[in-house]
Amino acid sequence: MATVAPPPSKRQKREEIERTTVQQDVSPLLATDLGSFKANFIDGDGNQMADVIEINFADASEKNVSALLNTMMGRDREEFTPYRFRIHIPGRDVIVDQYPTDLLGLLKKHGVNNPFETTITLSAEPQAVFRVQAVSRMAHKISGHGQPILCCQFSPLSSSRLATGSGDNTARIWNVDTGTPEKTLSGHTGWVMSVNWRPDGQQLATCSMDKTVRVWDPATGKSTAELKGHAKWVLGLAWEPYHCKLVSCSKDGTARIWVVNTGRTEHVLSGHKSSITCVRWGGTGQIYTGSQDRTVRIWDSVKGTLVQSLTAHGHWINNIALSSDFVLRTGYLDHSKEVPETEEAKRTKAKERFEKAVKINGKVAERFVSASDDFTMYLWDPTDNGNKPVARLLGHQNKVNQCAFSPDGTMIASAGWDNHTKLWNARDGKFLTTLRGHVGPVFQCAWSADSRLLVTGSRDCTLKVWNVLKGALARDLPGHEDEVYAVDWAPRDGAKVASGGKDKAVRTWMN
Amino acid sequence: MPQNEYIERHRKLHGKRLDHEERTRKKAAREGHKQSENAQNLRGLRAKLYAKQRHSQKIQMRKTIKQHEERNVKGAPAENEPSNPIPSYLLDRANPTSAKALSSQIKSKRAEKAARFSVPIPKVKGISEEELFKVVKTGKKVHKKGWKRVVTKPTFVGPDFTRRPVKYERFIRPMGLRYKKANVTHPTLNVTVQLPILGVKKNPSNPLYTQLGVLSKGTIIEVNVSDLGMVTASGKIAWGRYAQITNNPENDGCLNAVLLV
Repeated sequence: MATVAPPPSKRQKREEIERTTVQQDVSPLLATDLGSFKANFIDGDGNQMADVIEINFADASEKNVSALLNTMMGRDREEFTPYRFRIHIPGRDVIVDQYPTDLLGLLKKHGVNNPFETTITLSAEPQAVFRVQAVSRMAHKISGHGQPILCCQFSPLSSSRLATGSGDNTARIWNVDTGTPEKTLSGHTGWVMSVNWRPDGQQLATCSMDKTVRVWDPATGKSTAELKGHAKWVLGLAWEPYHCKLVSCSKDGTARIWVVNTGRTEHVLSGHKSSITCVRWGGTGQIYTGSQDRTVRIWDSVKGTLVQSLTAHGHWINNIALSSDFVLRTGYLDHSKEVPETEEAKRTKAKERFEKAVKINGKVAERFVSASDDFTMYLWDPTDNGNKPVARLLGHQNKVNQCAFSPDGTMIASAGWDNHTKLWNARDGKFLTTLRGHVGPVFQCAWSADSRLLVTGSRDCTLKVWNVLKGALARDLPGHEDEVYAVDWAPRDGAKVASGGKDKAVRTWMN
Repeated sequence: MPQNEYIERHRKLHGKRLDHEERTRKKAAREGHKQSENAQNLRGLRAKLYAKQRHSQKIQMRKTIKQHEERNVKGAPAENEPSNPIPSYLLDRANPTSAKALSSQIKSKRAEKAARFSVPIPKVKGISEEELFKVVKTGKKVHKKGWKRVVTKPTFVGPDFTRRPVKYERFIRPMGLRYKKANVTHPTLNVTVQLPILGVKKNPSNPLYTQLGVLSKGTIIEVNVSDLGMVTASGKIAWGRYAQITNNPENDGCLNAVLLV
């Protein structure tokens, strides 16, 4: 015998009768004519993208407006680029970063009483046509290293190869698909401080506390070169964008440019008075170093001479990020599966990608941001502004440990000892939002390739994935048993995140 | 006592002895033997005075040596590799390595199964009920109702405790012997902080004592560590942690404990 539901109560019956007898008010459901506004679309450089067009408020969702703009620019439906809009409030110097669900309400809130017939400027930022999904679970916990993991980096070729460096004096290459160790690169006699893949993924460079840099062939796991010359610990590395040279920076206050094949030092960049903490090789042939002597120096990589010395910081420089970091790291390997055949085509494609990433107002302007112990960051544009910073990024309440440009170059993320990660507009250095959630200092952050997600690793033993557009936590990834020292998001397909830390096991995360 | 500076005067007039340098060198060389002989053979008041003098000399000597050592090592510590591998951005930073030493030590300890149940004080002397409780005789009738007990040791009583009516109160925990805070030492950081007690988790002598909140040596208490900023495995701030009492509170009038991790 089936269970019979109890008869409706008196209240339920009364409500039922009421519902059937009273005329429903459907006016809010019917689209009322909310009026319209004129939209003026500009791109990041302030150029007008299309004619001014009138849009009905009722239809002005971000998706619709994006589709409209694409149509106006004469694109086919297959070629549509998703856009993200920033709304310039007319008559005031206010720019709203977040596209609201109720545009009319937003305008009224900002004091625009009669938005009908006014022209509203929308600056459109093209978004990546692909989407990276937020990682949500631990795929593998791979043990093997005998000491804390100090650095990790995915191969630019694919997310299936990962290199890590550890305090047990080895670097290891892992097969992330199966979660198994692939190669152990042993040879160093000190902790491996940094691992860097060559932008085409064919070589791997490591630097160590034993004052040497080694270059490895990841296919065989054999060391192809040992570069000796530094007097103290080697702390950081960077490959030449196209790519047979290497620059390393050391605690002895020098950076060295190496020719990898011959193992020869081409130049010694000396001048810093203290340990160099960070080095980057820019796409325009300049080398950027940040040091504990509070200066950032720009060097000419061909002549090995000092170009500029930027003194603005009041304390150690911890990190430098270039607006071209992502494209330089991946070279000609973009999100599509195609790889150019010839060497020439590869070179052209890498150059194209670089120029596309750093062009501002039609000019190649590679920007960089320096993060410091004095709680601030500076945004620099050495080609345009000389030795004056574009902006000073104020807001962190403690040391800033790391900063990173988003792959599309529109945003800067900074991770600090004040437990917060902050997002900044890369164009003018304006503060966008704070990502709160960690309960310990945030050591590292890494962007997904589509610039929509950010992953941060912290001393509080967790990783957190953030939705950048909303400024909200997308995923909390507990699982580490101790401090997380290194985080990386696979640059090409974005399917995986790897992290390592004091608990000696490499963890990989996927959706 | 010499009258006037006659030695200096003589030297000015006639110069030093020809073998003066050698004699002073030899005297200085024998100084140690002389001191040793004196130390061994002097008796009575002279021995006392001598020992006192040597004592202060030695103190002075040690201080000087220490000063020299500090001067010598000045450049060196920066060069020393930190003992635990840390990434480059944590090098040259002083405090961060020590701050979480405790919790990571605890973690590695937990990994070893043998250490799972180890506590700093593994064995404690039991306390008998005769020692802990004093019988209170109540009631007028021939003064023989002996069912009431006064706890004679320090106790922890929760903040929301109210005493039961006199008629039903079997155990009396005197106000004067109640504790709310403990001086808790972090074993690896060697820092002592006064922390509020949250509860008594285990008194090894008797489950009844645990119930009563008796604080004796070896008792495991839970303390509020939210101020220390320790973090659990899932990244939340740890609120309570266990600590073991290391002193005899009834003798000392204070509560010292060591944090368990």
